[in-house]
Amino acid sequence: MTPFLALVARDMRLATRAGGSAMLALAFFAAMAAIVPLGVGADLRLLARIAGGVLWVAAVLAALLSLDRLFQLDFDDGSLDAIALGPLSLESVSAAKILAHWLTTGLPLTLLSPVLALLFDLPAQGYVPLVVSLAVGTPSVSAIGAIGAGLTLAVRRGGLILPLLVMPLIVPAVIFGSGAVLAAIDGLPSAAMGLLAAFSLGAVLLSPFATAAALRLNLAA
Amino acid sequence: MQALEKLTAENLTLERGGRELFRALGFRARAGEVVSVEGPNGAGKTSLLRLLAGFLQQSSGTIALTTSDQSEISEAEERGIHVGWFGHHDGVKTQLTPYETLEFFSRFYGVAGDSAAALEDVGLARARDLPAQYLSAGQKKRVALARLKLSARPLWLLDEPLASLDAAGKALAAQFISDHCKAGGIAIAATHEPLGIECTKLVLGGEQ
Amino acid sequence: MFKYANPTRFMELSGLVLPWFAAAAAILIAAGLYLGFTAPPDYQQGDTVRIMFIHVPAATMAMAVYGLMALASLIGLVNRHPLADIAAREAAPLGALFTALALITGSLWGKPMWGTYWVWDARLTSFLILLFLYLGYIALWNAIEDETRAARAAAILALVGAVDVVIVKYSVEWWSTLHQGESIFRMGGPLIASVFLWPLFAMMLGYGFLFAALWIVRIRTEILNRRSRSLLRAGA
Repeated sequence: MTPFLALVARDMRLATRAGGSAMLALAFFAAMAAIVPLGVGADLRLLARIAGGVLWVAAVLAALLSLDRLFQLDFDDGSLDAIALGPLSLESVSAAKILAHWLTTGLPLTLLSPVLALLFDLPAQGYVPLVVSLAVGTPSVSAIGAIGAGLTLAVRRGGLILPLLVMPLIVPAVIFGSGAVLAAIDGLPSAAMGLLAAFSLGAVLLSPFATAAALRLNLAA
Repeated sequence: MQALEKLTAENLTLERGGRELFRALGFRARAGEVVSVEGPNGAGKTSLLRLLAGFLQQSSGTIALTTSDQSEISEAEERGIHVGWFGHHDGVKTQLTPYETLEFFSRFYGVAGDSAAALEDVGLARARDLPAQYLSAGQKKRVALARLKLSARPLWLLDEPLASLDAAGKALAAQFISDHCKAGGIAIAATHEPLGIECTKLVLGGEQ
Repeated sequence: MFKYANPTRFMELSGLVLPWFAAAAAILIAAGLYLGFTAPPDYQQGDTVRIMFIHVPAATMAMAVYGLMALASLIGLVNRHPLADIAAREAAPLGALFTALALITGSLWGKPMWGTYWVWDARLTSFLILLFLYLGYIALWNAIEDETRAARAAAILALVGAVDVVIVKYSVEWWSTLHQGESIFRMGGPLIASVFLWPLFAMMLGYGFLFAALWIVRIRTEILNRRSRSLLRAGA
């Protein structure tokens, strides 16, 4: 097993163990989706239109909830020191952590989303775009969130400031992701999916460098 | 493990948060040598270790590792793969068992070590499959010690290696360090307690 | 350039130019306001067009200040220069203020134009997100105690934000066409009449000098703060 895969496997194991973040994120996602109709009313026509947007926002929030722990626990217990001295560059370490976070958060959220879409009476032609947009777009949430998680390592209770840092940066993913769903249920052609894929790809390629810079800064503490 | 011939630090100055921790510090550690770094709290012992590991950047001076084939390594991030780290925090995940922790690190570091045997060496054979949250601080230190040995790195940097260990644990840590250096390694340990083995002393913050 | 970036040198130089910048800002803004309020009302928008003289320069400054902040962050990160760190840090609250001013005047303009204080128009929405970018930057600076680390972390955020803000702007424009047809807000275009052009020009320059003067004051204050802190620490 290569060092990169060993790190991914370890992070996935930690996230899925009791007290890990994967189940919590899923439960949070479902709870968010369930509370929205209680707030906006049970009008199914309205719910069908906002389904894509609500599920996208809920997915981003659920991912943010667990991002706070991406490096913090390893930083606090000294694991990050030992990992930083391994054969991988901090850029690769960041990429491995982002991948593990997506596999334990973004991917399960994507798989759960069609079930929750039922609660919103999403029209049939919206399901594929919903699942595809989440599959394509959530990697950008993990990637951009990782930058925020790295930057807030030095902050006590960094979890509080993290959403403020990440929210404005993640706007394009929410716009293109929910836009793709909306365009599909209106039967309109749309460039949203392509734009979302481009944004996500850019985020995944650039984030490890910014994240590694943030880690370097905090390892020098 | 690529053997090291020596570690040379010359004219090191380190500033943290606008404060100078030490100035013009120089020392040398040869293969087989144990250096114990001593000094009062706040003298910069931990910072010196983090500097040697490449986490911190010196304001001036040089740190160089000479390998046994006489090549020199002076870049901070290139030093990392020669360093065995035993920090103040043990780096043991409470959700994982000691065996899982060691298996991860031996795969991650790309070394072919026997995790079960390493746990036996530190007296934790019976706790190998117990999640580390049930271990005491001293037992977790022992896991960290097993990881240090498994990592098969030539330059050991140890921050208070004897802290929170019982008498047998302290003896074990000292034995590990001395075995490592007999096999041609270098160990640099920041410590308040005497290690109980033969070592060169490096005192920080005494002279000002 | 770095010859002048030494804090002592900066204190001397900035002390010399500061009164001139402040005077230029006062005169230009006074002239701009006078010209703006004596200009004839717009044949379509009536007197509400005068909000433009406050709004458009504020919007321009809001973006320009983010650019300057990112530039200072880059210099601070690459050259490890404390003055650049201070400059970036001190630009942020001013940029946030210009953004807030652009948002408030934009929504005041919106009331007579659209009949509502807030429309999710592409421009207004972009500025709202820009405001959050500024607030996140300021919050990160304030949350990290160690000055050098805070400066580096904030600089990384500013640079990531600078790349991202371009995409955000594009995505918001795309979004507003998806949700409400074409954008309603068109101003400051090339079709503007020359009676409005002169006051607008004066206000733009005035805002620029106002920002420069306030920025210098803030940087000087922070330099003096740091000096007094290091004196106190040396005495302790």
